[in-house]
Amino acid sequence: MAFVSTSEFKNGLKVMLDGDPCTIIESEFVKPGKGQAFNRVKLRNLKTGRVIERTFKSGDTLETADVADVEMQYLYNDGELWHFMVPESFEQYAAEPNSVTDAKKWLKEQDICIVTLFNNVPLAVQPPNFVELTITETDPGVRGDTSGGGGKPATLETGAVVRVPLFIQTGEVIKVDTRTGDYVSRVK
Amino acid sequence: MLRRRAELLRKIREFFAEREVLEVETPLFSHGTVTDPHLSAFSSCYGGNPEHPLYLQTSPEFAMKRLLAAGSGSIYQICKAFRNEEHGRYHNPEFTLLEWYRAGFGLDELIGETDALLGSLSEGIRPLTPSEQLDYRSAFLAHTGLDPLEASTEEFAGCAYRHGLPEAAEICGSDRPTWLDFLFSHRVQPHLGRDRFTFVRDFPAILPSLARLKPGDERLVERVEVFLDGMELGNGFFELADPQEQERRFDRDITARTAAGLPVPAKDFRLLDALEAGLPDCAGIAIGVDRLLLALHRQDSIAQTLAFPYPVA
Repeated sequence: MAFVSTSEFKNGLKVMLDGDPCTIIESEFVKPGKGQAFNRVKLRNLKTGRVIERTFKSGDTLETADVADVEMQYLYNDGELWHFMVPESFEQYAAEPNSVTDAKKWLKEQDICIVTLFNNVPLAVQPPNFVELTITETDPGVRGDTSGGGGKPATLETGAVVRVPLFIQTGEVIKVDTRTGDYVSRVK
Repeated sequence: MLRRRAELLRKIREFFAEREVLEVETPLFSHGTVTDPHLSAFSSCYGGNPEHPLYLQTSPEFAMKRLLAAGSGSIYQICKAFRNEEHGRYHNPEFTLLEWYRAGFGLDELIGETDALLGSLSEGIRPLTPSEQLDYRSAFLAHTGLDPLEASTEEFAGCAYRHGLPEAAEICGSDRPTWLDFLFSHRVQPHLGRDRFTFVRDFPAILPSLARLKPGDERLVERVEVFLDGMELGNGFFELADPQEQERRFDRDITARTAAGLPVPAKDFRLLDALEAGLPDCAGIAIGVDRLLLALHRQDSIAQTLAFPYPVA
């Protein structure tokens, strides 16, 4: 087990706090006059995504969290678990449903995602920033409308629903920004 | 920023020249160091003999007091000071201090002179409202609802809890000075020095540093800190001159250091000898020059005021 002292705290460092892996977002050294020094730290809990603020006495240590972000290809969902593979090593990982809560509506087989491993178990999955998905259902648009104003909902092959311009039809492939959930363009 | 620093240093020297305060230099690298449990000095040794450690100075205070005891009269110094394990937005392990001592001054006159200096340095750079003076007790009371002299550690813990800082109970335990430091730095300090210099004076006697007890109320010491934008710029005292009391404070620090498993430096006997010989009544203050530059020019971090901050030094 490795420990890090407050003086080594920096943004992005992964540590254990209250039993959960967290990433340090901000660490501020605070020292009143000639008194006791503190570090005021902002951390994101990697399991829940919640941001926590916590003060430590300078010199205190935290256990480092064995957390790594690994690029993996999404393989398939077996109805319960979500399966990923490291392309170079063909090593496979199965992710529990709670680790793909936000990502699953964008996951398309063979896309490359970032899987956060905690003690070698998938903790969170980050989809690619842009995905190309086929529209499975959308209301027929008004012909001749190319302005993109207004828009309508469209259901994609993964189940995600995004707003698309009126001229987009069922069966077309579109590019979506997964960070915002916004339609970007039509893919020819 | 290099030019602004040069200009600031020039104005400081003019200020003291006009007032006939003598500029001095004392060793940055010295046989003695502070015992303060919350200061960590860099150490080395001459010719590789670890039996005779040498320390980079955490401030020029002891050496300057030796000059005062030797009859220098009022003196000032602009020098580098070094503090290990202090790095952050407002800390660089090597930094510039302006420190001065005024023979015959009490805390009131020292605050007056500091205010005049800071006022003249901010002129034409950053418009500020006139400075204010608070006493520690009422500043603490105003922002925590608690009396720093009377409240129990349970009340301190309750206050921390209500403000979303439950971890304080574990950090501070039953240690009153740590509770005061914790609550002051988290709850009080951020409010101090809003677009003006705020002087906070008369600290609780459990945070004495090198200040004299306040005549008439021995629960307090004659210590002052000055703040701008919630940032501490300086710390000053009506200087402790009693060698026995000084040695007791050294011993108390050493006990605290031993208990915390920290390295224990020897007591600086040269300072004790100087106090024994007689330190004239005087008041002194140290101002962080880099922080002053930061605040006057509204920079974000101390690194922006330095040619080569610690990570690239």
